[in-house]
Parts: sequence; structure tokens; C-alpha cells
Amino acid sequence: MDSVVNTAPASGKGGIEWAPLTRFLMARLAYPLAGIGVLLALWWLGGWVIANTPGTESFAGFAPGPTFARLGELLSSGEVWIAVVPSLERIGLGLLWAVLIGVPAGVAIGLFAALREVSHVPFQFLRMISPLAWMPVAVLAFDTWDAAIVFLVAVAAVWPVLFSSAQGVRRIDPLWFKVARNLGADGLQMLRRIIFPAIAQDIFAGIRLAVGVAWIVLVPAEYLGVTSGLGYAINDARDTLEYDTLAAVVVVIGVIGFVLDGVCVTLIRRFSWHEEA
Amino acid sequence: MTDSIRTDFISHTFKGQRSPTLLDIDVTIRAGEQVALIGRSGCGKSTLLHMLAGLLLPTEGCVRIHGRQVTRPSEKWNMMFQKPSLYPWMSVADNVGLGLAFAGRKDPQRVAYLLELVGLSEKAAANPQSLSGGQQQRVALARSLATSPEVLLLDEPFSALDAFTRSSLQDEVSRIAREQNLTMVMVTHDIDEAVAMADRVLIMAANPGRIVGEIQVELTSPRQRATPEFSRQREALMTSFEQLVGGETTAAEEEEPEQAGKRKAA
Repeated sequence: MDSVVNTAPASGKGGIEWAPLTRFLMARLAYPLAGIGVLLALWWLGGWVIANTPGTESFAGFAPGPTFARLGELLSSGEVWIAVVPSLERIGLGLLWAVLIGVPAGVAIGLFAALREVSHVPFQFLRMISPLAWMPVAVLAFDTWDAAIVFLVAVAAVWPVLFSSAQGVRRIDPLWFKVARNLGADGLQMLRRIIFPAIAQDIFAGIRLAVGVAWIVLVPAEYLGVTSGLGYAINDARDTLEYDTLAAVVVVIGVIGFVLDGVCVTLIRRFSWHEEA
Repeated sequence: MTDSIRTDFISHTFKGQRSPTLLDIDVTIRAGEQVALIGRSGCGKSTLLHMLAGLLLPTEGCVRIHGRQVTRPSEKWNMMFQKPSLYPWMSVADNVGLGLAFAGRKDPQRVAYLLELVGLSEKAAANPQSLSGGQQQRVALARSLATSPEVLLLDEPFSALDAFTRSSLQDEVSRIAREQNLTMVMVTHDIDEAVAMADRVLIMAANPGRIVGEIQVELTSPRQRATPEFSRQREALMTSFEQLVGGETTAAEEEEPEQAGKRKAA
């Protein structure tokens, strides 16, 4: 962005010089476009092999052509939102719980060495359990399938948020605490004015990792009893042999995951107080 | 003249140590007086300053400022550290106003006045990370003065600066302290700094940390460093210091208050 703005005043001799802009766009976009191109080529090749191998012709819907055709239909009919909205709600709620539990717990662990020592073994133990292993427990413990899925997402997402917050607190310069105390800060002011601003970027870095795992856990979790969401849509498409729909949903999952990650990166930048190089 | 700071036979022994870091410190400092504590690394001078600030409690004895016992930090006394430690997520002005914000009375006019006092009005909206070391320390000074403290405590606040910035800041802080009639206690191991700023110099020796002597600085302010009087005072202080403390070096324990502060904050 900055480079575009900076090139504008340089175009002195009347008229706009397009060369720097073009060069900038090439530099920024060439490699990502090449990556997308390679991925599409491999996908197309796989589809071609499937379509031309005896016995797998019925899976030809996986190829890019049928997939994008079906994706266009899903988008124009609005059908895609029926799958996307419930999934986003579940992941949003799961992340909200992960933040509500993970940030305060992480700050406390970062501040108090005793708490850190006590919680170390239990947390490392719990962290290593696959969130999906909680599925039977979740189904028993919660009245609705929706709540069970939100629980599974939260269980997956809470650890990165918690550990990242704790790490952020431990990295705070001890002098910052001393100066604030010296200026008369009480506990709450210390939290609000010093600790939270100091670790905001660590919290969002934790949320970024959490979004990654939560998005991965969400789809298998939606194979559970629910009849909505992206995971359900995949399962449903498989049962009805609509492989083009299945592949279209996979594309949607990937794109949304990519966008969510981009949002997190923007937030990390926004709350970073480190001097830009 | 009224007493500003009194220490009643302070002794301090850090946890896990057998010999005391400070022993029987009994000092009276008048209101408006500028006092320097000098001594080698490890003599406990910084520990003593932390006690005056209420950032550390002595194991025996107590500190009184205007008759009130010091048990914790207050807006009436403030300490400046070697590192400016400005908060990089706040503007320069917000850093200066932080003590006022903590006290629940924001005062943009006072912040503007203080920034003018330290000559950084045009940097009000800047990020502190974009400032030079000397400018950052000026902001820290403005921050320390924001709540109108009666006592300003300086813990070697100029030692990380280059020589030119250091001497101009010494003069500036000294002038501001006199103009605002602040009681000032500074810790230093720089004899020049003590002579340039203090009315009275207390000499500390180590093992255990104690005050072994004091010397009056008979100079008017503002002080001219190039005069024969300045050199004579410097010589006198140097001679007393060597007589009282001697030439030996002691183990550096000056990091103690830092660690204690970290433990308390944690």
C-alpha cells in the first residue's frame, strides 16, 4: 500500500507513470498467483486422472471444472450461506469462550509463578488430548448438538490463547510494572493500562493459532447430529454422491479459513506497539 | 525549614542473606533540599532510594515523608529510573499524564505545561520510541512531575546518556527542582554529577551499607562547571570519599532492588 502512495508524487513530468505501479503489483502478486496456478494445475491433473482411470470415472465431479460450476450455483442461489452461517456462529461462540477463559487464565499464569508451576502438568496433559476425543463427553454433557460442537471448538481453541497470553505477560519488562506502581497504579489500572496493552498483540497471535485449530476441529465436529454447517454439507454431499458439491464446500472452507487468518494478521498489526522496521 | 524526609535507623537484610545490606541509616533531609547519595556499586544506595519511594520496605526502621510513614508509592513522591521506561503503546502526552490518570484526574493543560517545561511540546502526539535517549528521559521527568510531587527521587537517571546530554539534563533537572521547590534525593556514583546538582552529599560505604560521612556543596545555582570553585568542591569530595570509603572495590549488589521489584510485581 505504502509504495503505491509513495510513487504518486514521483510522477513529475505530467501524466501518471504506470511503470512503478505495474512493477509493484507484479512483485506483490506474481508469486501468490504462481502458487495458486500450481495448485489449480495439480487439481486439474488429479481430476483428469480420476476421469480417465477405469473404475473412478464416477468421481469426476472432484475436478476443478464441475467444482467451480457448482460453486457458482451455490453462491448465486444463496445456498452456500445456509452452510456457512451456522458454522461461523459455532466457531465464533467457541472462540469467544476460548478468549473469555484463556486470556484471564493466561494472564494469571503469567503473573504468578506458583500458579504457573501448579498448572504446568495438568495443562500440558489436557492440551495433548485431541479435542475430538472429547466428543462422547461433549454429547453427554450438553443438551444440544450445537452446544456440544461449540464446546469442542472452545476446547481446541483455548490452549493457544492461554499460552500466548501467559507468554506475553512473562515478557513484559519488569520496570514497566515498577514505574506504574511508582506512579500509583492499583491492580485494576495495572491490568487495563499496562498489562492488556502490552500483551494485546500476543493475545491476537494466540487467537490466530486458535482460529487455525478451531476451523480444523469444526468440520469433523459437524459430522455430529447437526443438520447444518459446512461439515454437515460435506457429509451430506458424500451421502448423495454429489462430488462437485463436496469439492465446492471444500473450496469454501479453505477460502473462509484464509480470510479469518487475514483478519487475525490485521488485528495483530493493529495492536502491535513494536516499532516498524 | 521543615523536615521533608526522615529515616529512623533503617536496616535491611534481603531474604536468604545473612549480613544486612543496610545498617542503621538515620538521615534527615530538609524540605527543598537537594541531596546526593554517592557510593560504590553494591553499597545499598539504590536499595535505600527504593525505600524512600515506598517500593521496598525496610526490615527494621521506617521512612517518613512530612511525618507520614512511607508504606507504598504515592503521588506525593516519585522516582525516576536509569531507563526512561516509557510505554510504547501511548503517545508522549499520554505517558506524561499517566500518573494523573491513575489518580483519576486527567489534566491536559498540566500535561501541556510539563511538556513545555521539558521543551518537548511539539512531540506531544509522537510515539516515545521515535525519541532520542535524552528526549525520552525528559518525558520521564515530565511524567514524574505530573502529580506535583513534593519529593523527586533519582536513581542514576542520566547514566545511560552521552556526556553532553547528561550535563544539560543535570542542569535542567536541578533548575526545575529548585524552581518548583522540590526536595530531591539522587543516587549516583559520579562525583561530578553530585557536585553539579546537590546541596549536600552523603557518602555511603558497603558491607554493611551505611552512611560514613557528608559534605556540604558551597556553590550557588546554576552551577558553572568550569570555575575554580567547582573544581575545589570536586577535589574536596573526592578526598573525603577516598578517606572514608577507601580505594577497594566491593561485590556488585546494586541489582537487588530490581529483582525485589520484579518479585513484588509478579
